[in-house]
Amino acid sequence: MQIIENPTQYDVVIVGSGAGGGMATKILAEAGLKVAVIEAGPFFDPANPEQQTQLKWPYESPRRGAGSTRAFGEFDMAYGGWEIEGEPYNQIGNSKFDWFRSRMLGGRTNHWGRISLRFGPRDFKSKDRDGLGENWPISYEDIKPYYDKVDQLIGVFGSKEDLPNEPDGYFLPPPKPRLHELYYKKGAEKTGVKVIPSRLSILTKRINNERGVCFYCRQCSRSCSVYADFSSGSCLIFPAQKSKGQVDLYVNSMVREVTVNDQGKATGVLYINKEDRQEYRVTGKVVVLAASACSTARILLNSKSAMHPNGLGNSSGMIGHYLHDSTGTDRMAFVPEMMNRKRYNEDGVGGMHLYSPWWLDNKKLDFPRGYHIEVWGGMGMPSYGTAFNPNDLNKYLGLTVGGYGNGLREDVKKFYGSVMGMSGRGESIARYENYCEIDPTAVDEFGIPVLRFNYQWSDYERKQSRHMHDTFEEIIHNMGGIVLGEKPGADKDYGLLNPGRIIHEVGTTRMGSNPDTSVVNEFEQMHDVKNVFIVDAGPFVSQADKNPTWTILALAWRTSDFIIDALKKQNI
Amino acid sequence: MNRRDSIRSLFLGSMVGGLALESCVTSSGETLSKKVWDYQYGRTPEEKAYDEELLNQQFFEDTEIATLTRLANLILPPSPEGTIEEAGVPEFIEFIVKDFPTLQTRMRGGLMWLKNHCNRNYGKAFVQCSEDEQFAVLDQIAYPDPNAKEQKQEVQFFSLVRNLVLTGYFTSEKGIQELGYQGNQPNVWDGVPDDVLKDHGMEYDPEWTSKFLNVDTRNEIAQWDDQGNLIS
Repeated sequence: MQIIENPTQYDVVIVGSGAGGGMATKILAEAGLKVAVIEAGPFFDPANPEQQTQLKWPYESPRRGAGSTRAFGEFDMAYGGWEIEGEPYNQIGNSKFDWFRSRMLGGRTNHWGRISLRFGPRDFKSKDRDGLGENWPISYEDIKPYYDKVDQLIGVFGSKEDLPNEPDGYFLPPPKPRLHELYYKKGAEKTGVKVIPSRLSILTKRINNERGVCFYCRQCSRSCSVYADFSSGSCLIFPAQKSKGQVDLYVNSMVREVTVNDQGKATGVLYINKEDRQEYRVTGKVVVLAASACSTARILLNSKSAMHPNGLGNSSGMIGHYLHDSTGTDRMAFVPEMMNRKRYNEDGVGGMHLYSPWWLDNKKLDFPRGYHIEVWGGMGMPSYGTAFNPNDLNKYLGLTVGGYGNGLREDVKKFYGSVMGMSGRGESIARYENYCEIDPTAVDEFGIPVLRFNYQWSDYERKQSRHMHDTFEEIIHNMGGIVLGEKPGADKDYGLLNPGRIIHEVGTTRMGSNPDTSVVNEFEQMHDVKNVFIVDAGPFVSQADKNPTWTILALAWRTSDFIIDALKKQNI
Repeated sequence: MNRRDSIRSLFLGSMVGGLALESCVTSSGETLSKKVWDYQYGRTPEEKAYDEELLNQQFFEDTEIATLTRLANLILPPSPEGTIEEAGVPEFIEFIVKDFPTLQTRMRGGLMWLKNHCNRNYGKAFVQCSEDEQFAVLDQIAYPDPNAKEQKQEVQFFSLVRNLVLTGYFTSEKGIQELGYQGNQPNVWDGVPDDVLKDHGMEYDPEWTSKFLNVDTRNEIAQWDDQGNLIS
């Protein structure tokens, strides 16, 4: 079968339309460039009534919100999940890496938690403190101007706190905490754990006339139909389409490889159209990869040529290595004082209104790096699973568990809103031994070789998870709550979730100044291939305990400025 | 940009984009069970096709559905607030066991256990037992021991049915009303009501007060000074 050639010569071909791809599209198109965006999933606009799930009720679906079709419940706005039919991945040995992919315009930004934290000065130079991992080749000062611009372009609420490693930004005002969050604050502060208003990219206040203001339905995970949360499509791609450049979207298009010329320079990409299953080629002067850390590694490793026998830009052999996800574990609490609650609408924004940034000094601890604590609970919208085990909590009150009859109605109403939870999300250490690579024995349904993973946690991460549970229990005790569930022991890795579960995987094409030990330079430009850039989380040297999105956006903007400049000077 | 503009600049990789939208109409298109369900909630074409496939299958036999409906009415007897039937609980259970096939054997096997148990003890089916006999059966299986490491099969079965009945009810329109959930609608959050704060002995930290959103100015476009202080 012949490759179908696209006659258009683009300035830039961008692979992926999530946070990094969206930002690159916006900045490059605004500079007047001709841009192709290749997205593996369908077109998506949260304002499209045919795709919208926001404000739907559970009874509008026969499964009442259950998660059989989408991992976080059927109203969650991620087309995909940890398992996608026809797109397998494999493990090496007893590795258990769970790989979440969202196939749609905007990618995972359509459903994410909008937790928008800057990395702090210490986060870029962690090796200086504990000798572990590697320092970034850039510092906070290099990226700060871009964080400032991202804040103002996209909008993030928060409060100025003047903390050493949690830099302040250009914040919108935060919403007041909910009741269960006040209980958390009470318990945490008594425990000596710092609590501050959370920092989420949700518009509590208008930032322009194109996007609406939050109307407090708590459903950011469904992607906001008035564009009051940050989703890459609504906040970056659509505005880019209105700019002076040309933006052509190719959806349902699965990129297989980056093509190169005889000099080993990139010429564009080959993709499979998912609808006709034909192979297409799009060409451009520059290729920007933003397919997500692991998908980008896969594309590069599948792009073998005479000049790049180990995969494109892989002379160092580092592509796929240093893969790392956030650590994570969760715990729930029953707060008897919150039984029989007065009813009112406490939906609030989609996520917590306050949280705890890392507050301790590692010198006194048996693990490196830190974690932050997220809080959840409240009188939320019922969904599949609501009222399961309706009165198990009666055992803490000396009352009967189980039964039948209308007493169950009263039990369900009594306990509604009295259970809350907390989640620790921490920094793991990036290690060469944790990697993804091409599995020579398997392809996906498009005939593209798939990834296999080798990922093991170390005691650093396990001890961190143990510390999280110790902290949760103390906080729960101090807020007058009852800890639910057994404390996970060593046999369960202290409750540490599988790598990949927190969906912050980064590091597969790490940044550095030495081409022998890194894949891209500080401008996310491949050491080996000057016209290929990577603007997803692949270039992250380390993770911090911060959610990666805000740093992906800031770096992608910085890289886009570099590309514009280089194209002007005809340097690439 | 309006929606039409964004679609105009949308390039499908090929010319067959319309096919995906059609593919949800199966060969048995006419018999699609819109008699039971007519849902519109942002499903992808693949998800819609899958739902229609499930809706066109029947898992439970009529006698099984009758038994489940009776069980459901014993678990949540009709009340002025709402009934099992109003909440669509039997239809929900029929759907969810097709959606989660691992539930099928547990449900069917549990129903068989119930049938055998009633035959042996009362010489008739559960639905034909008197109400007192039905209560007697439930009294044996409706109370798991909260301290036991494992529960007997019939206790697990009843717990599963109870869970499905309750979640079916409290995710229905009637059930949500009864629960008192008041959200899922545009509104403005300006904190916990004062009387609730007082009841719980809580207050908003005076040190935090200046940080919060003033909801009255939320529609004014945000502006900052060079230090990142909000000035509008």
